Amino acid sequence: MALTEERTPLELTTGEESVVEKPLGAFTRPSSNEGWRSWLTTVDHKKIGILYGATAMAFFAIGGLEALLIRAQLAQPNGQVLSPEIYNQMFTMHGTTMVFLVIMPMLAAFSNYLIPLMIGARDVAFPRLNAFSYWVFLFGGLFLYSSFFLGGAPDNGWFNYAPNSGVAYSPGHGIDFWTLGLQITGIASLVGAVNLIVTCLNMRAPGMTLLRMPVFVWMALVAQFLLLFAIPVITVALFLLMFDRLFGANFFNVEAGADPLLWQHLFWIFGHPEVYILILPAFGIVSEVIPAFARKPLFGYPFMVFSGIAIGFMGWGVWAHHMFASGVGPVSVAAFSLSTMFIAVPTGVKIFNWIGTLWRGKLTFTVAMLFAVGLVSQFTIGGLSGVMHSVAPHDTQQTDTYFVVAHFHYVLFGGSMFGIFSGVYYWWPKIFGHKLSEGIGKLHFWVMFAGFNLTFAPMHIVGLQGQPRRTATYPEGMGWDLMNLLSTIGSFLIALSFLIWVYNVVRSRKNPHAGADPWDGRTLEWATSSPPPVHNFDLEPTAGHLDEWWHQKYEENEDGRPVRREEFTYLSQVDEPSLSRGGRQPEGVDVSKIHLPSPSYWPIVIALGLPLVGYGLLYTYWLAALGGLLIIGGIVGLGLEPSVDPEAGHDEHDDHDPGHEPDDGQEAELVAVGAGDGAAGPDGTTAATTTDSEPT
Amino acid sequence: MSDQTLTGEAQQEHEAQTEHEAQTEHEGRAHPSDRNYVGIALILAVLTALEVVSFYVEEQLGALLVPALMIMMIVKFAIVVMWFMHLRFDSNLFTRVFVSGLVLAITVYVGALMTFRFW
Amino acid sequence: MSVSEQTAMAPTGSAPDADDHIAHDAAAPAHHTSTGLSNEKLGMWLFLGSECLLFGGLISAFLLYRSKDVEGMTGPAVGDLYDIPFTSVSSFVLLMSSLTMVLSLSAIQRADHRRARTWMLTTAMLGASFVAGQVYEFTAFVREGLGYTTNLQSSAFYTLTGFHGVHVTIGILMLVSLFVMSLRGRLSAEKTETVEIVGLYWHFVDIVWIIIFTLIYLIPA
Ligand code: HEM
Ligand SMILES: [Cu+2]
Repeated sequence: MALTEERTPLELTTGEESVVEKPLGAFTRPSSNEGWRSWLTTVDHKKIGILYGATAMAFFAIGGLEALLIRAQLAQPNGQVLSPEIYNQMFTMHGTTMVFLVIMPMLAAFSNYLIPLMIGARDVAFPRLNAFSYWVFLFGGLFLYSSFFLGGAPDNGWFNYAPNSGVAYSPGHGIDFWTLGLQITGIASLVGAVNLIVTCLNMRAPGMTLLRMPVFVWMALVAQFLLLFAIPVITVALFLLMFDRLFGANFFNVEAGADPLLWQHLFWIFGHPEVYILILPAFGIVSEVIPAFARKPLFGYPFMVFSGIAIGFMGWGVWAHHMFASGVGPVSVAAFSLSTMFIAVPTGVKIFNWIGTLWRGKLTFTVAMLFAVGLVSQFTIGGLSGVMHSVAPHDTQQTDTYFVVAHFHYVLFGGSMFGIFSGVYYWWPKIFGHKLSEGIGKLHFWVMFAGFNLTFAPMHIVGLQGQPRRTATYPEGMGWDLMNLLSTIGSFLIALSFLIWVYNVVRSRKNPHAGADPWDGRTLEWATSSPPPVHNFDLEPTAGHLDEWWHQKYEENEDGRPVRREEFTYLSQVDEPSLSRGGRQPEGVDVSKIHLPSPSYWPIVIALGLPLVGYGLLYTYWLAALGGLLIIGGIVGLGLEPSVDPEAGHDEHDDHDPGHEPDDGQEAELVAVGAGDGAAGPDGTTAATTTDSEPT
Repeated sequence: MSDQTLTGEAQQEHEAQTEHEAQTEHEGRAHPSDRNYVGIALILAVLTALEVVSFYVEEQLGALLVPALMIMMIVKFAIVVMWFMHLRFDSNLFTRVFVSGLVLAITVYVGALMTFRFW
Repeated sequence: MSVSEQTAMAPTGSAPDADDHIAHDAAAPAHHTSTGLSNEKLGMWLFLGSECLLFGGLISAFLLYRSKDVEGMTGPAVGDLYDIPFTSVSSFVLLMSSLTMVLSLSAIQRADHRRARTWMLTTAMLGASFVAGQVYEFTAFVREGLGYTTNLQSSAFYTLTGFHGVHVTIGILMLVSLFVMSLRGRLSAEKTETVEIVGLYWHFVDIVWIIIFTLIYLIPA
């Protein structure tokens, strides 16, 4: 529908250039940046970030509902709420959702929105691929969830061990939806990883050396590298399983002599880096939040960066700690046990750095800060139980019990989710222009904090007492009743806290405008208006320091104390209230000359092809062929379409010689802010180009 | 990696100047000519022939067979990567990215296979 | 994943007057990026680094299952069916396609478009004969009683070599697209990098085969 409305009469071409501009002849390119339709075709990293975030939060609600059902079932011994079959589907979908459809996309949301702003770029390196990643992720998630309506969801746990994943033990289509769905979202992650890595390396503003990048950017970068190398490993595993189930291959067919440990190895070679993919960006978020509210620079920035990189490396050498009880030999167990203990060291370095930042800081406990400190404390608990697992004999007692469930919820909820909420409260005013209410937010935090601990702390105890995970019921008289009931109560508290957050979001539209820099922030995203203009910055940012924006606002006096400068300049037009305390509007910038990549239909078209291929493989190959056509057609369309529509936005400055335009188009894809550094020739903005001094 | 930042600007200029002869010089080292490429391909062909031959004289080589085959494989691999894929002449960053993937793959998979095999 | 490959290197923009190469001197492909390296090329290298782990996994699965003694295994062992002379020839063909690929790049960098196109097409043809050889090999194996589902080894073998074959096929499609673009004058001087990037992919597929040829075919089980 969206497509036809903008249709122009079929142009009968004379065989020349116009064909080139409209590859399939029929549709004009979308050009508007407003209205709901623009969200389907947008290539703006900020809009894509918001889409990622909104989608992930919706999945968070769904995954949370599944958790509530699980807890309702377990509230009492011999629970009757769910049948064992449904129970299996619930914990499988809960885990899969939370990992692949909530935390990963949530961190993709932050990375997308923030990385270009923080490194002073106009967009990511490949804006259309960015849109593509989002749509692929969305359709992959919906594809996975459609299994509920098509015969039942996957039911073998989020790590889906062989041989239970075979057709013999799980005859429905559930697991097929799982393998195909995760392959689809894997494409999104891989493309996103390439895109964001190139962005971090190539799109930095002048002067933004690698060691001036904010810690969030660093942690996101490390996580993207982990994704880059981990996704292909699970892709292999998923393909093998898919071939087993759909085409009768023998990879996990024990009767034919297959070794089920092959799955475990492939899954956990991916799986352990994956847990760092889930936590590192959250670490990055609190590393931005804590300095902002301690009013101190981050303690030990280089240690923060290098411990993150170290975690990234070491995360590849510990995977078999998930397999201590699977019959790997004693030498391997000893080796992986040791390496697991060592990985706690760089993690500990981070904790000490945060504490060092808090130490003697002028602390303000905003909601963002509460969640950040919540991460530091709760993650530490989870990290410690992790070190307990690393002791192999200990682990044989704990594995597959609720103790492990307690561990990973302390790191994933107490770590990643708290970090995410910290970021949500911190950057909300930047993204939407107004703050979330602090009062309601504090209520949200405390209810969530209490609910979280009430849910998961008791699991340590029942776990050590031997309650197995992934079992639909437990008998009376095991001494587990009270703790399970407490857990269930806690889980409903968490649900309540989520509703409080939703209320906060809904109500927040009435909140007053927050201004460009409500927290007196340190990094470049606070130097532009809230929300930032499409092109992010009017003036091209340059970076002479770590915490560049702080240095533009403050200077040291004789005693080395920071004092506010008389005057400093925002990097784009901000609203009046932001101008108090020395802020100035940028002057003499003609923003109409900034070229940005134009919106495009093709990303969503290509992405749509993927689930069709998925359904096709399960039901009828015709559908797969159709999907394939969409994909190929979309790729051709995308390939032939210049990144910047030569016809867009030319009314303002017709000074081009037409032969030049395609080149400009390509440039804008290559160069984000580079477009402003004069290098873009006739289109460059007039911004200053000095590299290592602060802009005046 | 940060050193790359500084060279960026300079390199652009350099590229702009040399323009069509850009192939002859890139970061100081001469690009191979077509003749070089053919020579390299000849070496690759000879190595492949040697590989096949050693497969047939397996008996005579004995324990040497596997190391010999492995070495020839690595040499061929390296030649293609360094010359045909230009890693010898291109930015270090490309090498680092690719080699990290390669080394990582070898480490984790050899590690996994070892846990099956020996211990 | 073919999607990401295709799009990552998909040429952006168009050059209406591409046949007039001189006109583009002013628009040399300088890259205004922080590292001075082109986004597309860096993206391709990242992707290739990632592909190492894909093929590594498939190769490991094959090695694991080939070395496994399965009692009462159905069907023949893959190793007993290899036709080494035949595979050597097709390996050689693929290897030489790397030469023609690099010659094509070097031609287009000299703005010798005709020669570039010839080599491009030669590369695609060599690739196609490799794939044809693979199809022939597969049918021969199936005739010998080694189907995809016959035993552990057969599944692993066909999956690994099949994945590689699909990669070659994608490469052929990209080469043909380049060829067509060049014919229509849309591979102007400043777009030679597209050829280079497709070349990187092509050579990568070749080096994967160098490994497969040795580890899978030549080294005895
Ligand atoms: C201090 C660092 C950590 C150590 C030493 C550690 C150690 C371990 C060990 C040994 C296990 C296996 C337990 C078993 O199944 O018997 C485990 C499980 C797990 N860990 Fe950690 N861990 C650490 C940090 C993390 C982090 C940061 C995350 C995620 C953000 C995480 C997520 C998980 C998950 C999801 C599982 C369970 C997987 C499953 O069985 O479903 N861990 N951890
Ligand atoms: Cu782990």
